[in-house]
Amino acid sequence: MGPGDNVVMTTMDDVLNWGRSNSLWPLTFGLACCAIEMMATGAADYDLERFGCGVFRATPRQADLMIVAGTVTLKMASRIRMLYEQMPDPKWVISMGSCSNKGGPYWQEGYHVLKGVDRVIPVDIYVPGCPPRPETLIEAIMMLQKKIKVQEAALGPIGFARKQA
Amino acid sequence: MQTDTTHALTPSDNLKETLRTDDLLLNMGPQHPSTHGVLRVVVTTDGEIVKEAHPEIGYLHRCFEKHSENVDYIAVLPYVDRLDYLASMNNSMGYAIAIESLQGIEVPRRAEYIRVIISELQRIASHLMSYGTYGLDMGAFTAFMYGFRDREMILDIFESISGARLLYNYMWIGGTYRDITPEIVQKIKDFLVYFKPKVEEYNNLVTYNKIFLERTRNIGVIDLKTCHTYGLTGVMLRGAGLKWDLRKDHPYSIYKEVEFEVPVGTGQMGTLGDCWDRHIVRMKEMLQSVRIIEQLLDGIPEGPHRAKVGKVIKPPIGEAYSRTECPRGELGFYIISDGSGKPYRVRCKSPCFMNISTLNELSQGVMVADLIATIGSLDIVLGEVDR
Ligand code: SF4
Repeated sequence: MGPGDNVVMTTMDDVLNWGRSNSLWPLTFGLACCAIEMMATGAADYDLERFGCGVFRATPRQADLMIVAGTVTLKMASRIRMLYEQMPDPKWVISMGSCSNKGGPYWQEGYHVLKGVDRVIPVDIYVPGCPPRPETLIEAIMMLQKKIKVQEAALGPIGFARKQA
Repeated sequence: MQTDTTHALTPSDNLKETLRTDDLLLNMGPQHPSTHGVLRVVVTTDGEIVKEAHPEIGYLHRCFEKHSENVDYIAVLPYVDRLDYLASMNNSMGYAIAIESLQGIEVPRRAEYIRVIISELQRIASHLMSYGTYGLDMGAFTAFMYGFRDREMILDIFESISGARLLYNYMWIGGTYRDITPEIVQKIKDFLVYFKPKVEEYNNLVTYNKIFLERTRNIGVIDLKTCHTYGLTGVMLRGAGLKWDLRKDHPYSIYKEVEFEVPVGTGQMGTLGDCWDRHIVRMKEMLQSVRIIEQLLDGIPEGPHRAKVGKVIKPPIGEAYSRTECPRGELGFYIISDGSGKPYRVRCKSPCFMNISTLNELSQGVMVADLIATIGSLDIVLGEVDR
């Protein structure tokens, strides 16, 4: 262990974070109305691909970003948890729309609506709005990229496990 | 050379008896790109052949009816918008019509014009979405891009009238929430000029494409008897060849005064009532919507855009039922009033629920890939199925 190792480690961090933040692969996972806006963000006009985040994957095993777009019901909550656990580390979650943030318009009488997806999975970025505009989602993704860029890439003895808060 | 066929057959016969094959239970969804939301289909397959496909719903049950009982009449409107989030305008129009007939509100002519123009635009937007996602299901990503590109233009118009892109709260009880200005009328005109030739482009790109044809014709055939058994309406019924459109046969609003045709499936490329027929009906309907809007745009009468209704709506004791033609079929609202400011009961008869219930019948003995084609052509929105 020489003093030089540290320098290499820091560079590693930078390189890995740079790579990860610019090639986020979101999970194709629409729940309700917000999903339509998520699709619109990925489509022609807003073109999420410009931000290095357009490769929507249909299987959680190939994805590292989960955009929870829509109302999370109690029946769906356990499935979301399962999908989250199937995603390989490191992984991030964006909660899109009031519904997945806190129950949205269904917060009061919605006996079958989970009041916030953060009750089942950890959330990195919350996007407000019902539904949020595509620009808002893009902003959220850029914020997430900023967050990834300052993250410590190599943690733990094996692999690059995400630091648990 | 002579082959002994009897001898050759014997071992495979034996094999058939001794080989034990099991059905495979395949779980499709609730996270699946082709189920158009959170639908789970429990598929029993025998090799590549689907034996049974049971749709399991309820992953998006958002307690619509419970909400309606606890908020006042106007506050139900946002929830109505969120039922079928691809056709919010049509939904809230149906709800507004029910309340108006319950309370006996006369809707001004100008409001009727605006309503019909806007809901036809919404129909185009919804069918464009269906075109895009169906293309995506069939492996044509370009269709998705094209559909969304042109849908954005309609959303721009909606944004300028209501301020929102997807869920508008625009149709109001007694009319519309805001008036439309000449600039918006011009915007709609420009859009129509742009859009009309596009439909042919879409058809050339996808509808008559050889691969698309092979994947959709003779697949998911619904005959009229099945339609009547399941109570199917809208595109499903018209795809099976019956000319039934509430705008024509049971006209509401000012649909009596406009001219348009009801396109039906003809079995042109395969069997009557197959997936392709339903697809072409949607494509043709877009052109008919354009026709309706064109007839109305120039003659929007002057006057108020909303009838005078109080902030609090208290209809007399009674009940009302409205049925309107949504992009997905006949949407009904049954409302019971107990004389208070809140509805006693709001029941929504959703077309998508009927459509999805046919899935098992449609998918008996088809390939797994054809199951995707069938689900796509039903054009369901889970928000409306589960409510
Ligand atoms: S936040 Fe609003 S738009 Fe998004 S899923 Fe909930 S109700 Fe729909």
